[in-house]
Amino acid sequence: MATESVTAPMPGVFYRRPDPEEPPFVEVGDEVTEGEKVGLVGVMKNFHDINAPTDGTIAAINFENEEAVEAGDEVIEIETA
Amino acid sequence: MMRILEGGTSTTVQDLGRFGQYHIGMPPSGAMDQFSHRVANALVGNDEDAAALEMTYQGSTIEFTEDAVIALTGAEMPVELDGEPVPMYSAVRVEAGQTLDAEFATEGARTYLAVAGGIDVPEVMGSRSTYTLVGIGGLEGRTLQEGDELPVGDGGADAEAVLGNSVAEERVAGVAPEEGVRVIVGLFDYRLTDESRAELTDAEWTVTPEADRVGYRLEGPELDFVEREQPFGAGTDPSNVVDVGYPIGSIQLPQQPIVVMRDAVTGGGYATVGTVISTDRDVLAQRRTHETVSFEAVTLEEAVEARTARNERLEAIVESLDP
Repeated sequence: MATESVTAPMPGVFYRRPDPEEPPFVEVGDEVTEGEKVGLVGVMKNFHDINAPTDGTIAAINFENEEAVEAGDEVIEIETA
Repeated sequence: MMRILEGGTSTTVQDLGRFGQYHIGMPPSGAMDQFSHRVANALVGNDEDAAALEMTYQGSTIEFTEDAVIALTGAEMPVELDGEPVPMYSAVRVEAGQTLDAEFATEGARTYLAVAGGIDVPEVMGSRSTYTLVGIGGLEGRTLQEGDELPVGDGGADAEAVLGNSVAEERVAGVAPEEGVRVIVGLFDYRLTDESRAELTDAEWTVTPEADRVGYRLEGPELDFVEREQPFGAGTDPSNVVDVGYPIGSIQLPQQPIVVMRDAVTGGGYATVGTVISTDRDVLAQRRTHETVSFEAVTLEEAVEARTARNERLEAIVESLDP
C-alpha cells in the first residue's frame, strides 16, 4: 500500500463539489481512476480542476469545502493498491 | 502565429494601456505589472508599448507556427519549450513548430511573455489591451482559450541582434513582501475614525481569492467611519460620498478594502481613503491570493521620487540591452 497526494496547484479556495447543490466529487473510501476530477481550486472566479494522479481509494480529504488552500497543499490522499 | 493549445487560468493580451478615455468611464487596462511588461519588451527589442501576454497563476500552452524570439518576465513560472526549461529574463529563440508550455507560477502572480514584433491584434481606441468587462481589445476582448490564434507583428527586431539579451536578477528585484506598499493617504481619510485611520497603515491585509485585474479585494480588521448625516447626493451607507472619480490604485471601503486596479470602474460613491502609488501597484499586482500586504503612508514628493528611481532603474536595464 502506498499513498499519493493530490496537491493544490495554486492558492485559492478548495471546493469539494461542482456546485453548492451537488454532492461532493468524492468521499473517503471512494474508488477513483487516474484523471478523475476530485475537487476544484477557485481563484479570480476561475475554477481549476483537481484530478486524481493515480487509480486508488480516497484515504483522506484534508480540507473542508470552501477552505483556503495554498499552492502545494496536500488536499486529498489516495491509497494505491 | 501563436496557436493557443491551453488558455491557462487567465491569460490576456496587454500593452501599456488605453489612455485618454478615463473621462468617459473607460479604464486604462494594460499590464498590471508595468515594470515587468516593459522589461519583457526591451529584451526582445520591441517598443515599450508593444502588446504581450499577461499570464496569471497558470500560464498558457502555445504552439508557434513560425520562428520567433520571446522573453518571459514577472512572476516566477516554470516554462518549457518542447520539454526544455526556458530561462526567464532572457531573449530566447523559438523555432516554427515548437510548443511552449507554462506551468503554475511558483512565486508572484503574473508572468509576461513578449514576442519580437509584438502581438498584432487590432487596436481599439489606441490600445491592444484587453478589457474583459466590456469585451474589447486583445483577442475578442476576452481571456485566451484553446484554439485561439494570435498574429505576431512584422518588423520585430533582428533575432541575431537580440538573442544575447538578458537581465541579471538583482536588477529586477522588486519590493520584498515584508516591505510596505506605499500609499498617499486621502482624499476621504477624514471620514475614518482616528483609530481606523491608524489601522489602515498598521494592519496586515490579506489578499482574497477574488483579487483580480479589476480590484484587489483585501481582508483585515473592520474600519469605521465617523458618524454623520449623509449629504444630499451621497448614499446612505457611512462609506458613501457624493460621487467622485476613482484614481487607479485608490483604496475604497465598501466594507473591507478594495484597491482599484487597471480594469476598474472609473468613479462612484465610495469614500477612497488612500491611493497606492504607481510604482508599488506593480508590486501589489504580483501579490498572490492569501499573501499579505501592509500599507505605508508616503507624501506625494516621496511617491514622485520613487517613480523617478523606478524609471531610472528601468532605463538602465533598457540601455544595457540590444534593440
